[in-house]
Amino acid sequence: MNARTLAPRLWLALLTALFPPLTALAGEGPFIILQSTTSTQNSGLYEAILPQFTATTGIEVRVVAVGTGQALRNARNCDGDVVIVHARAAEEAFVAAGYGLERHNLMYNDFVIVGPGDDPAGVAGAGSAAEALRAIARARAPFASRGDDSGTHKKEMALWAAAGLDPLAASGAWYRETGSGMGATLNAAVGMRAYALTDRATWISFANKDDFRILFEGDPALFNQYGIIMANPANCPDVKAEAARRFIGWMLSEAGQRAIAAYRMGGQQLFYPNAEEQGQDH
Amino acid sequence: MPELRVLPLHPPVHPHPQGALLRARGLVIRRGGNTLLGGLSFELPASGITAMLGPNGAGKSLLLRALAGLLTPDEGEVALHPDIRGAVALVPQSPVLLRRSVRGNLLHALAIAGVPRRMRSGRLAELLVMADLTRCAERPARALSGGEQQRLAIVRALARQPRLLLLDEPTASLDPRSTAAIEALTRKVVAAGCKVVFVTHDWAQAERLADEVIFLHRGRIAEVTPARRFFRAPASEAARAYRNGGLLL
Amino acid sequence: MSEGFAQAFRMIAGLDRELFEIILLSIRVSFTAVLLALLVALPFAAVLAVGRFPGRRGLIVLVNAMMGLPPVVVGLALYLLFSRSGPLGVLELLYTPTAMIIAQMVLVIPIVTAISRQVIADMHAEYDEMLRTLGASRIQMLGTVLWEARSALMTVALAGLGRALSEVGAVMIVGGNINHVTRVMTTAVALETSRGNLGLALALGLILLVLSLLVNTAVALLRSEWREAAHA
Repeated sequence: MNARTLAPRLWLALLTALFPPLTALAGEGPFIILQSTTSTQNSGLYEAILPQFTATTGIEVRVVAVGTGQALRNARNCDGDVVIVHARAAEEAFVAAGYGLERHNLMYNDFVIVGPGDDPAGVAGAGSAAEALRAIARARAPFASRGDDSGTHKKEMALWAAAGLDPLAASGAWYRETGSGMGATLNAAVGMRAYALTDRATWISFANKDDFRILFEGDPALFNQYGIIMANPANCPDVKAEAARRFIGWMLSEAGQRAIAAYRMGGQQLFYPNAEEQGQDH
Repeated sequence: MPELRVLPLHPPVHPHPQGALLRARGLVIRRGGNTLLGGLSFELPASGITAMLGPNGAGKSLLLRALAGLLTPDEGEVALHPDIRGAVALVPQSPVLLRRSVRGNLLHALAIAGVPRRMRSGRLAELLVMADLTRCAERPARALSGGEQQRLAIVRALARQPRLLLLDEPTASLDPRSTAAIEALTRKVVAAGCKVVFVTHDWAQAERLADEVIFLHRGRIAEVTPARRFFRAPASEAARAYRNGGLLL
Repeated sequence: MSEGFAQAFRMIAGLDRELFEIILLSIRVSFTAVLLALLVALPFAAVLAVGRFPGRRGLIVLVNAMMGLPPVVVGLALYLLFSRSGPLGVLELLYTPTAMIIAQMVLVIPIVTAISRQVIADMHAEYDEMLRTLGASRIQMLGTVLWEARSALMTVALAGLGRALSEVGAVMIVGGNINHVTRVMTTAVALETSRGNLGLALALGLILLVLSLLVNTAVALLRSEWREAAHA
């Protein structure tokens, strides 16, 4: 077949395939925007539980996954109806400033310190998270930090402070700030054979582990609480308040909490619902 | 070259105006401090063929482009007869053809000339016959021989029914057979009622075609003379010197 | 790694709905963006190529410089514009394919304008006197030049399409990489990379490459046909 007979047909097929009306692009039906963290998205949690909510309410939940800091900033700009993040102090400041309505505990898991299997800094034997970080600093072993104002990053900075260390002094040397999401930072850590602080859910679902493993876990200081907040309609009149309320209500309800608890990867539970523990915070 | 039927340009061309077709008065063109045309004044008669002769650098091509309105003189003016305003066509030495077929080139020119769609195929056929290009109508224009390209360019220029056709060395670098075809076409154009001015270095050709000669020398008009008299004995010193120099070669 | 490729192959072979949704959205967004960008850029390029007006040179330099515009910066600027608290917030375009199309248009317009200006300028230099002696109006002249340059302009459009299809920074910010809504090939690659599914990410990248190959092949066939018509 020569070009003369083939080209026009190919061209026509291409054109008709490629330019359907623009209206076909947008999904229909009610939806809300959920500003959330990369850790929750990377773990696959939303893909597992959100269809259940949509099936019962008809409300679609569109997840935008960014760091905690950016998620809160986006919601402050009225670009989200609900936020699910994990940085307690920042969340409370967000609510106090009038950008969000009530904050609820949603679920938790914990942070872990991962590193190369041969553990050159000897983190595995540490008695606390602070001690583990001190061991890394002492060995000047590479450490990959998020460096992006995310919930994980805030937690990491708090841990360094608790250990009495300022890693930024070694920035660019053994302390390396990726300025990226959790997954990208883990990829970088594996590539540089660096230690990293990560939430357990992201770690379990992360597929590029190489010989990396969890070297330190279990310190109560590594507790990772996720909160859920609705954007304040007083600040953002366009907030889909009704749908957002139903979503938060469902997430905190028996059904939502059971769905969170039921999500597993490789047989491991990634998130532990704790909506009932509200009183202690307010 | 078989003699081809002379077709009138249809619809009929502009009526012959009274007096001169075109008047140039005090034309001056300067470029970068050099005066290339130094105050030319002349008239073109309404019919026939005028040959423009002169050595290289005399300003012949420049003058043609000024007459075609492609460049504005620094001084003086080219006044067309009111009847022919906007209908001067120019075919340069190396015609620029569209990257289309012969037919595509002509139809495009007819469209630009404002020929109504239903009349285009008729005009197209006329122009193809006139240029003896009917057999090549579907060929890519840029794949034609030099002579064929020149003929195509000439009839394409006729699309807007010009009253004056300017040809810049139409047969330069063509073989005798192609040259004869161009000359035949030129005669047909004139027979159809269009005035032709052509630049050439080929005195024999000028003698064969021209009714009148304009001899240009160093940006000035050396003489404007009826052809028969010019080729017998040029009036100007410059033309005589040039002819003698040419004959010596 | 090979597991990821195997997974990608299963997804293609099994006509995985989600995968095709993502591919289709990529195609729709980028092709629409390039088409609309051409509608803006070609007349603009023609004016820059042919027009003579004060500030023209400055504009050309500006357009050429804009080719280097980082997608993330475009994404950020459009985010601020389309944010519900931004000046165009009422349009509710943030996190929609429309916003992604606009972002890609902004990225494609400079590259298409800059290169086609050069193409048109060269073609115009060749045809200007000829068309003037044929009595062409300015519009007719531009129309002829654009049509005659179509083969080269098609290559320019392909360069624009390449920029649109491969771009990730801007569509990530204004689209949000929302599953089933604004997830395209590049943001899916970014997501799978961050999940550590490097094989799958790479396989998605290969699909993007195949897509690009198909488009380029179609255009090459079309151009060869045009060339045949022009030069035998």
